[in-house]
Amino acid sequence: MSAPEAFLDALLDTDRQAAWRVLEQACQSAEPSEALDRLVTPVLERIGRRWEAGELALSQVYMSGRICEEFIERLLPPRDGHSAGSDPRVAIGVLEDHHALGKRMVLSVLRASGIPVRDYGSGLGVDELVERSRADGIEVLLVSTLMLRSALRIGDLVGALRSAALPVKVVAGGAPFVLDRRLADDVGADAVGYSASDSVRIVRSLVRGGR
Amino acid sequence: MRATATSLDRVLTTLGHREPDRVPLFLLPSLQGARELGLSIREYYSSAPNVVEGQFRLRAKYGHDCYFGFFYGAIEMEAWGGETRFFDDGPPNSGPPLATRAGQILELRPPRIEECARLRQVLDAISGLKERAAGEVPVLGVVMSPYSVPVMQLGFERYLDWQIEAPEAIGHLWRINERFCVDWANAQLQAGATAICYFDPLASPTVTSPKVYRNTGWRIARRCLERIAGPTATHLASGRCLPVIDDLAQTGTAAIGVSALEDLAEVKRACAGRLTVLGNLNGIEMRRWTPAQAEAAVKEAIAKAAPGGGFILSDNHGEIPWQVPDDILTAVSEAVRRWGKYPLPGHSEE
Repeated sequence: MSAPEAFLDALLDTDRQAAWRVLEQACQSAEPSEALDRLVTPVLERIGRRWEAGELALSQVYMSGRICEEFIERLLPPRDGHSAGSDPRVAIGVLEDHHALGKRMVLSVLRASGIPVRDYGSGLGVDELVERSRADGIEVLLVSTLMLRSALRIGDLVGALRSAALPVKVVAGGAPFVLDRRLADDVGADAVGYSASDSVRIVRSLVRGGR
Repeated sequence: MRATATSLDRVLTTLGHREPDRVPLFLLPSLQGARELGLSIREYYSSAPNVVEGQFRLRAKYGHDCYFGFFYGAIEMEAWGGETRFFDDGPPNSGPPLATRAGQILELRPPRIEECARLRQVLDAISGLKERAAGEVPVLGVVMSPYSVPVMQLGFERYLDWQIEAPEAIGHLWRINERFCVDWANAQLQAGATAICYFDPLASPTVTSPKVYRNTGWRIARRCLERIAGPTATHLASGRCLPVIDDLAQTGTAAIGVSALEDLAEVKRACAGRLTVLGNLNGIEMRRWTPAQAEAAVKEAIAKAAPGGGFILSDNHGEIPWQVPDDILTAVSEAVRRWGKYPLPGHSEE
């Protein structure tokens, strides 16, 4: 069995030890950051695609991300969500809702892919998100929602960011966007993620020069 | 039967996997009762007579085939000592979790229904709806499944983490939730509910892998539904169902609420003769439908799932969003009357 297949199976079985052994093996022939790029990110993307196709469960996506995030913390120095000079300034928050699982999953996937992210928490208002984005010089703001009412509020957020002339790219995500593929356009988001693993590709494509 | 069927006749016939006079419609508007009465959502749910009147007016307006005794999911959390957050334009949400450390779960005790004023209001509403129904309209009660309600009790992350990190505490929570769920369902049946909707989104393979579900939520559902003294329907709240249809059929449920993310014809084939299909109009898209799109969606659902009975037209989540315009609900209601009469065009009764 190839390393990615073995890593995938271990993650889906929530078998931390087996997953760690595969990653450790990969780190013997490459730098940790390279092993993570080659193994962790593609496998998490595959898991995301399979969830979107209805083949895997949300709980498997969540646990896979958490396990990979733990591995990152063991392999790489802590970054605490703060960007180094060349890193994009990325933040995530839950708009109005207090259901934070989607945010947690996106955070795990981004961190496991080596992208530092500031966690703004949940139950946030539009004004608070605008002010924090301004203060932190955020380039990409990922907004997670669960309910339709809060998903629609992303339209207000986009409007407020534009009115404040802040060059923040807004990425929408959450169940309402999965059920209505036109909703992201309706609220004026710059991009939409249908699964947590979409966030890596989206963030890299939105930031300056990509990666 | 075909000329004079009541809503209850229509529903019972389709649950028996036979064709009634027309496809039954469970529109399930809930929040919209507040709009009908000119009240805020918080005010509306503050009294049972409001909900009875709201449901009565909504059925008079749209002519659907049930009364919905459901207030909102978080009301169960109020019985456990939790809080509810109200909004002006959407369903109330549960507030802070009941436990932030796994050890706190062991201190939880299931609420006694007779001691919970809010639950008694729901029972009063069900009694009031039963009176208005006059034996002609089914009244639906709702319980959160013991397997799914910990998402509200603990928060989703903690619930998933603790299933692995604190299995004893989660096992305790499931056991006390089972006791409450069965008591709460039976209290609603005694108050006049015709059937209970067992709301179990975590049974869906969208959220839980079938392998895990079969060892956990499925066993819980079997035990609960066996002890609920009336018919039940299981709702997966927009989650997919196809990989677990055989399992759901074995829980003893009579119907399942299915997702807009799955093909309704495929779901109907998998359920045929065992489970009545409830669904699957996309409530999120409904917000931006035109009346013509609503009619087309109803026609398509009927063509895919109505032949032979065993089908109730509904939305895919079990609750119509606040943002759906009234004229779309009217269009859905008119379309089921126009296109849902049996025998359906091109089909003889099966």
